[in-house]
Amino acid sequence: MSGTGPRLNIFPTRMALTLMKSKLKGAQTGHSLLKRKSEALTKRFRVIVQKIDEAKRKMGKVMQVASFSLAEVTYIAGDISYQIQESGKTAQLRVRTKQENVSGVLLPAFESYMEGGNVFELTGLGRGGKQVQKCKETYIKAVETLVELASLQTAFVILDEVIKITNRRVNAIEYVIIPKIENTIKYIMSELDEQDREEFFRLKKVQGKKKKEQQVNEEEREATKNEDIEYEAAESMDLLENIDEDIIF
Amino acid sequence: MTSQTAYKDRNFIAVIGDEDSVTGLLLAGIGHVEGTKKNFLVVDSKTTISKIEETFIEFTKRKDIAIVLINQHIAEDIRQLVDDHDQAFPTVLEIPSKDHQYDPEKDSVLKRVQRLFGE
Repeated sequence: MSGTGPRLNIFPTRMALTLMKSKLKGAQTGHSLLKRKSEALTKRFRVIVQKIDEAKRKMGKVMQVASFSLAEVTYIAGDISYQIQESGKTAQLRVRTKQENVSGVLLPAFESYMEGGNVFELTGLGRGGKQVQKCKETYIKAVETLVELASLQTAFVILDEVIKITNRRVNAIEYVIIPKIENTIKYIMSELDEQDREEFFRLKKVQGKKKKEQQVNEEEREATKNEDIEYEAAESMDLLENIDEDIIF
Repeated sequence: MTSQTAYKDRNFIAVIGDEDSVTGLLLAGIGHVEGTKKNFLVVDSKTTISKIEETFIEFTKRKDIAIVLINQHIAEDIRQLVDDHDQAFPTVLEIPSKDHQYDPEKDSVLKRVQRLFGE
């Protein structure tokens, strides 16, 4: 039996063969599509990785500036950290998520927005109010950078996962499903050939038997013919040789 | 795949950091307090590592947090936890602090980047 290796458990008929052939075609189309998807995603992925690298370095600078402005506030207004930690009750700076579609993959993108009033309006009212507001603005900018970086990072994690899944699928189709279907097709072909040969042999046998029978019949007929002739001859002899007693003349 | 519901309600930014980082970020207006539930943790020399770990796990499990900011030197203390966090939401972001220079080599995401490109 040919078709070594794993194959689908299927009854070898012509219908199954057509089915397998269409399946093979489908698998090949799917393979090329998935491969293209994976390539598109990888391209996107590389862009994101580059951006992450840049953003991370930018973040370092932004945070440095921000902490410097906080130091300024502390210098002028004194330690306000406790006051700030206690007065923040609801978040003013929030993020919302938008979606972006990259070849069928939904990538979230964060976006920061302000909600509600400034709870720190009175902070540093006595002294350093201006510095406090300036510091706040600097930190809001820093947070915006961080949010941007966070969306890049989320996209990175999701894309990483999706690319892995896609590549796994591509490889599965290439190395498991297509060989399996090809083996099945080979198996069905060989079985069908085998059936053809069997059928031919059977027909040959039947023909041979018929010929033999015919021959036997012929011989028999011949034999009976000869016997009949002999018998008839004997009978005619008898007619001549036997002398009837009661014949008068 | 991540469904819409997974991040629809995520509005807040949480922070684990030293006093200055937390103060600055709170000043920007990210602080949100519900009863005793805060979305920030001030880490000083007296804060135990188990407390940091606990808070980190709590923040990553909460459904309303989109981004968790953590100072890099604190992330170093709970490196295992940070590295193990492979979910897309919430995003864990390592940020530099005033006293500690930012080192891209230690960042868990950048480490993954480097591993992927075999550098």
